[in-house]
Amino acid sequence: MTLEAFADTIVPGEKRFPADRSVAGAASGGGAVVAGAIELLETPAAGVAGGLTDLARMLNEHATAYAREHGRDLDGDVPAFVALAFDDRSALVRALTGPDHPERDGWVALALFSNMAFDTAAHRHTTEAIAEGHVGLATMGFAAPDPDGLWRFPAYSYGRPLADLHPDTTASGSLA
Amino acid sequence: MTEPAGESFAVEQTDVLVVGSGFGGAITAYHLAAGGARVVVLERGPWLRSDEFEHDFMLGSSYTRIFDFVVGDGMALLGGNCVGGGSVVYFAAMPRVPSFVFERKGSIGRRMWPATIDRAALDPWYDRVEQALPVSRNDWNTVTYAGGLFAAACARAGHTANPVPAAVDNTLCTNCNWMMAGCRFDAKRSLLLNYLPGAIANGAEIRPLHEVQRIARTDDGGYRVHYNVIHDDDYRLTNGSGAIDAKIVVLAAGAGATPVILQRSEAELGAMPHAVGRYFSGNGERLNTAVIDEDKARDLLGVSRPDGSAFRANQVGKGPCVASWDRLDGSLPEYSRFSLEQLYFPPGFGTILAQVPGPDGPTWFGPEKKELLRRWQSWLTTFTMSEDDNEGEFGAPPPTGNAFRISQQMLGRGPIRYRPTENTLRGWAESDAQVKEIMERDGLATVLPWSNDVVGAYTVHPLASCRIGDDPATSALDDRHELRGHPGIFVTDGSAVPCALTVNPALTIAALAERAVPGIVRAARQRGVAVSYGASLP
Repeated sequence: MTLEAFADTIVPGEKRFPADRSVAGAASGGGAVVAGAIELLETPAAGVAGGLTDLARMLNEHATAYAREHGRDLDGDVPAFVALAFDDRSALVRALTGPDHPERDGWVALALFSNMAFDTAAHRHTTEAIAEGHVGLATMGFAAPDPDGLWRFPAYSYGRPLADLHPDTTASGSLA
Repeated sequence: MTEPAGESFAVEQTDVLVVGSGFGGAITAYHLAAGGARVVVLERGPWLRSDEFEHDFMLGSSYTRIFDFVVGDGMALLGGNCVGGGSVVYFAAMPRVPSFVFERKGSIGRRMWPATIDRAALDPWYDRVEQALPVSRNDWNTVTYAGGLFAAACARAGHTANPVPAAVDNTLCTNCNWMMAGCRFDAKRSLLLNYLPGAIANGAEIRPLHEVQRIARTDDGGYRVHYNVIHDDDYRLTNGSGAIDAKIVVLAAGAGATPVILQRSEAELGAMPHAVGRYFSGNGERLNTAVIDEDKARDLLGVSRPDGSAFRANQVGKGPCVASWDRLDGSLPEYSRFSLEQLYFPPGFGTILAQVPGPDGPTWFGPEKKELLRRWQSWLTTFTMSEDDNEGEFGAPPPTGNAFRISQQMLGRGPIRYRPTENTLRGWAESDAQVKEIMERDGLATVLPWSNDVVGAYTVHPLASCRIGDDPATSALDDRHELRGHPGIFVTDGSAVPCALTVNPALTIAALAERAVPGIVRAARQRGVAVSYGASLP
């Protein structure tokens, strides 16, 4: 749940079911969690799976400290980070990934993979992800491939001059 | 190709050992092999055929097998990791460097380039590379929608804009925009299509997944090059190690790796020149994402596509096609000169660092960022190449390679440290302002630069970490690319380039490698290698 809440902070989505706690419901449509962030984080190729338990524990410790510092009451039904309101989750993630935070490498890696799950579906073959309507690629309007699984765009140019060339352009096409 | 040495254990021998198979390695390997030398090329990445270049973002596809993303302290480096090196993953924009760049003084108060090199001196070598790859000029019929829209926006703002020369065969290109995963259609003229097959035809041996770790000296004045064999899927693992003796070593492992190999070799080779691992330049690179207002694009620029839309073509194309060079004006003060190039980065690299204005300033994640992603097809990315201050430095080398690898492929943590100076920051600010002036005019788009808070600054063109020059205090190599104090070791990759170039550097790295070959041949002959210079182009 904790890592789901982290991924949902990076690319937020709508709640999957009314009692969903890890997904805060801060945006319409599916977010990083539905896009497969946990699956990607747990993929051996990503190289971070072994550290996830520690990162979740540390995130909840940071959340507890954050709540104490900011006077937030956390219910005990869910991990501390999950119990934070969305804006508080965002503020904490911003601090953890900030340029001067000593643990930033770990949190940045977690954020990068959360993003990649949504923006590229890096845990899936892209053609399969698109065929199954992957929420991130669909949200971005990523075009589908040709039937052979390769992309081609036969129409690609306005086909007319649209600016004057630099006066110092040489025969090779570079500047003098 | 090689023979056992008469020592206590069998060490292979060759005439010339080339480290890396990108522009600096492939070009030297070709000429030396064609001239009759025994050449072995050690490449740390895999060797993929054209039909293995996949259109797929999945971890483990060609996209992550052949690409490296090394995050340092304040700077992240993107580069090739395969046979063919950067040429396999690059966007193939191939402009020549404007004349004023060769006169740059940077932070050292004297000309950074060797006195023997200026634009006129390099032009014949540019000619050769343009012919060999080949490079051709885009025209307005091959310029993509994104390039065209950028050109039209430049023109409307009173600027010129040029179709850029590129190593792309437009008769084969499908405008798929998967260039970073390798070109499936052989349209991109990588080294896999010219210099490398030429080298192989002349007897050069190319060994993929061989990562050079360090270099030692041999009793006969040559060098022993130690390597690890890298696992073909999980690059964190090694499948053994070995060594090869050579009379000449050509280091071309890339600006992010060459200085690391030399640093690690210092205990056995002796002191390195001060400039090894210093004066690193990220080519002054900077990215801005514009989100185009489709109606404004139609009304203000008069552009439309066959399907009736004005733009919505972020995904369509082949990397950079158009650049605006108005600020490449030698009369302007140093650090105020830059080019702006229209560019495409695929999702992932191309989306994560893009920012939206947040309540406390721009942000790169959260609900507003997701709204920005909904308009991804209307994004247009611009690429700044400016004059930075050579302010990067490499720390202590990691145990192996040039980074502590995190993922099985692609992602690692490296020893580079970069803190942009006021000069560099000023150039970025001036270019950001010009991008805004062009793209936000009359509401055409909204623009923000990418965040430097996540992985620091970033570069796809690392340079200058082992540079040529005339001053031994501030250059690691003489003007023949030989490592000072270590005769017989030459460096011919981007690390040899003295400074940021204000344009894409691949053509210049290649031209410098071509230029270095006669000197390497002479050095090889002095060491008893039967090799001549003068082969025709591959």
